[in-house]
Amino acid sequence: MTTARAAAIVLTKELRMEFRARELLSTTVVFALVIVVLFSFAFDPTAGESRRYGPGLLWIAFLFAGSLMLNPSFAREQANQTLDALRMAPVSPFAILLGKMLANFIFMAVSEAILVPVFAVLYNISIGGIVGRLALVLALGTVGLVVAGTVFSAIAAHARMRELLLPLLLLPILAPLLIAAVEATASLFAEQPALDRAWLAFLAGFDIVFLTASWLLCDFLLEE
Amino acid sequence: MKGRSAAVAALIFFAGYAALFIAPDESTMHEIQRVFYFHLASWMAMFTALSLAFVANVAWLVTRKPHWDWLGVSCVEVGVVSCTAGLITGVLWGRPAWGIWWTWDARLTTAFILWILYICYLLLRGLIEEPQRRASLSAIFGVFAFLDAPLVYASNRLWRTQHPAPVIFGGENSGLDPTMGKVLVVCIVAVMAMMVLVLIDRYRLERMRHDLDELRLSVDARGVASNTVLTKGLP
Repeated sequence: MTTARAAAIVLTKELRMEFRARELLSTTVVFALVIVVLFSFAFDPTAGESRRYGPGLLWIAFLFAGSLMLNPSFAREQANQTLDALRMAPVSPFAILLGKMLANFIFMAVSEAILVPVFAVLYNISIGGIVGRLALVLALGTVGLVVAGTVFSAIAAHARMRELLLPLLLLPILAPLLIAAVEATASLFAEQPALDRAWLAFLAGFDIVFLTASWLLCDFLLEE
Repeated sequence: MKGRSAAVAALIFFAGYAALFIAPDESTMHEIQRVFYFHLASWMAMFTALSLAFVANVAWLVTRKPHWDWLGVSCVEVGVVSCTAGLITGVLWGRPAWGIWWTWDARLTTAFILWILYICYLLLRGLIEEPQRRASLSAIFGVFAFLDAPLVYASNRLWRTQHPAPVIFGGENSGLDPTMGKVLVVCIVAVMAMMVLVLIDRYRLERMRHDLDELRLSVDARGVASNTVLTKGLP
């Protein structure tokens, strides 16, 4: 079986589980919303202020929500030793990892699609003219978030206190991604929206480095 | 072992003396500049230790020889200590030189993030029971942390920077006074020697821990075996 086909099967399984339980998406969206609302109390969101803090706030909300949402990705495979069953399948370990990454990407993307309009309304930022470009920035940032997050979810699943450990491992590693994503988003939220190519290239570079590293290391990550 | 420790201790004392009394006064920053000799030496020790940790992490994943795992954790611990020394000396120097304790400059931020990442590495090790798995997963995290360092640096470089560019290997008018250069070399050698000494000790400690675990396991296994014999002997 090719890696792509195996990854697609893992992806379908993840989506089906989520469709049946509907617990991950709803909690993630509500959690991110809570952060966005809390920030509006911490900073006064007038139009000028929200242009300055808005992008950072948005990405902090995504990063926090992601670091919580990615936890069950591997942790719930522990409960009935289903990860062992997955590993016994004659597919490359990268297919399992890739399937989970794709599923997590879809979950994050759906949460972001719900959150961004709400955020724009609450913080008075008009996103009408920049939807396509914003989607590109969000996509590149989210790829980096889920690639690193899925790998670290597999690491944290074997540790004690894994709910606490995953954000601890993930958030500092994502510092460069946060800077690049916030700067790229900020240039879109400015008076004269522009796509910052340097930061986009940086985001793409981050994604490539982490995806390559996880491809090289996945054999060790999912070994018994 | 004791002779080596004494030699390194003497070297460190001499380096401290040289930095405080032998090195000439710096023209703009005066006395506070003397912290520089240990500041730079700490960073070099950190860089060496963490690079070695990366090599050890990759080598463990490829070869599965336990000594690479021992070397990896020893290097990270020594690297974190050197990083702490570098951060503290940097903060002490920053206040008089820049007028602020801390600034989010590329190098400072990179050092700070590295410090947090490798502390997380040590935390991660503490939270995984099974030795084989602990070694693999922490090695994977170590590789990711090391790959992240240049990205943190590049992102901050693109963003903002305040730390002075290196003056030692710079253009024509840059460079150190010859005495300063000698004192710097003494300090770097002393700090590196201390790092290697601590690293060797830490490595031995890790090996002893491993041997102890093996012994415990074999005693447990024997205990289980004798229990089975007993139960079998019963009618």
